[in-house]
Amino acid sequence: MSQAILQISKISGHPGPVPGAGVERAEQVCKLVDTTTCIGCKACEVACLEWNGYSFTDTVFDNSYQTMPETTWNYWNLIKFNEHENGDGSVSLLMRKDQCMHCAEPGCLAACPADGAIVQYTNGIVDFQQEHCIGCGYCVSGCPFNIPKFNQETKKMFKCTLCSDRVSQGLEPACIKSCPTGCLHFGTKDDMRDLAETRAHQLRENYGFEKAGIYDPPGVGGTGVIYVLHDVTNPEAYGGLPKDPHIPWVVRFWKGPAKWIGNLAMLFGIAGVTLHYLKFGPKEVKNDDDRKGEQQ
Amino acid sequence: MSASRVISPVAKTDSGDRILRYTFVERLNHWIGGFSYVYCLITGLAFWSPYMFWLATLVGGGPTARFWHPWTGLVFAISVGWMYDMWRRDMRITDVDRRWSKAVKYYIENEDEKLPPIGRFNYGQKLFFWLMFYGVILLVISGFGLWFVESIPWSLRWLRYLAVTVHVATALATIGGFIIHVYMGTAMVRGGFTSIIRGQVTRAWARTHHRLWYEQVTKGTPPGK
Repeated sequence: MSQAILQISKISGHPGPVPGAGVERAEQVCKLVDTTTCIGCKACEVACLEWNGYSFTDTVFDNSYQTMPETTWNYWNLIKFNEHENGDGSVSLLMRKDQCMHCAEPGCLAACPADGAIVQYTNGIVDFQQEHCIGCGYCVSGCPFNIPKFNQETKKMFKCTLCSDRVSQGLEPACIKSCPTGCLHFGTKDDMRDLAETRAHQLRENYGFEKAGIYDPPGVGGTGVIYVLHDVTNPEAYGGLPKDPHIPWVVRFWKGPAKWIGNLAMLFGIAGVTLHYLKFGPKEVKNDDDRKGEQQ
Repeated sequence: MSASRVISPVAKTDSGDRILRYTFVERLNHWIGGFSYVYCLITGLAFWSPYMFWLATLVGGGPTARFWHPWTGLVFAISVGWMYDMWRRDMRITDVDRRWSKAVKYYIENEDEKLPPIGRFNYGQKLFFWLMFYGVILLVISGFGLWFVESIPWSLRWLRYLAVTVHVATALATIGGFIIHVYMGTAMVRGGFTSIIRGQVTRAWARTHHRLWYEQVTKGTPPGK
């Protein structure tokens, strides 16, 4: 959104190297979501709508406290609720702030065919550039977190920008600013990891959550949104957070080796018919009886 | 449709006596299919590789190409369905074709006199027809998966990946057939391109390339002036 300030490090669908890549390095920015102190107030949902200029849409009742079943093109930030039955018969009400994870290796960007429609800034934010988006939906197949959503009217894809416009001006994202419990933190990736480690340690040592830990999945190179979970061995319980997310191998193959296999096959095809023509030439129509003058 | 059944066997023209090979309706449909396929090819290649994304600018830019690609694909599918209706009897693979296919080496090396005589279409044309027929079925089914990707629920997302795989693989297979088809129709088999535009071929052309068909359509008509 504010390319003028943020240096780009990766560009979708771009032939050749990224202009200026590697010239500048920036601190990786990161949101830390401590699910153990989230009260499910949804202030972050409202702040996201307000900052990004979307009006509140109808909620969808789905037998839970969730605003709607999943994020939509104009609703980028959603608290997911899950009444999780623990082994001992007790129930935990788990709440997780769901939004774009800002993967270090973004599947959406890998899948995108449009030059510059998805970019990753040097600070790690993955951002959609709607003016270059062609609305093909390939990013939907590339994302392991089910995040990019399609606007039927404008035929463009949308998702959380990690408030790249605010961050480029030295402000924290709108959701972070609105959080009343302090469960949301924003800073550099290293600082957020440290803070998360401290909190996970505290949960393990002082509160009896032996499996408490940090969700920062290595399958996508780590994410720009990390979670502290009571039970890091079961992230699925937190509204379907995938255990080992990675770019789907079909997407990797399609955007990697398949390109070269396919392009070479097409070139061989064209070369093949050209060589055939040079060696054997066109088919002559034989005047095999007394007919004359009928050749094309 | 019985368009192919009512070919008048011999049509006289100013340029000598020629044989009607493709009716107006057959030619019209061939070119509906041809142009819609080429549109899908150009736009599809644009989506396929960043190094060919510039092709989208030839047809109005990326968003426009993305909007029309699936609709034009449906036009192509309807055209192929119509071809199936017109040509499926002529496209049945027969024993003659199997013998011809064993001698295909002579066809490739332009020693056609060593080939067994064949009917209206040769084995290669029939293979291309069935490649496009089954190809378009797969392309349409997988294409709907790409077109309405968000309608495939997250829990069935393997269908999204399957759709991508099938669409790409089938498209590449049809491109292979298309390259050979265009080469043979324009450069290799002289007279073929004219026949699909104006509909007619010379008697010598028909005798050389499709002798059984020639004999069938000229039955009772002496090859006179």
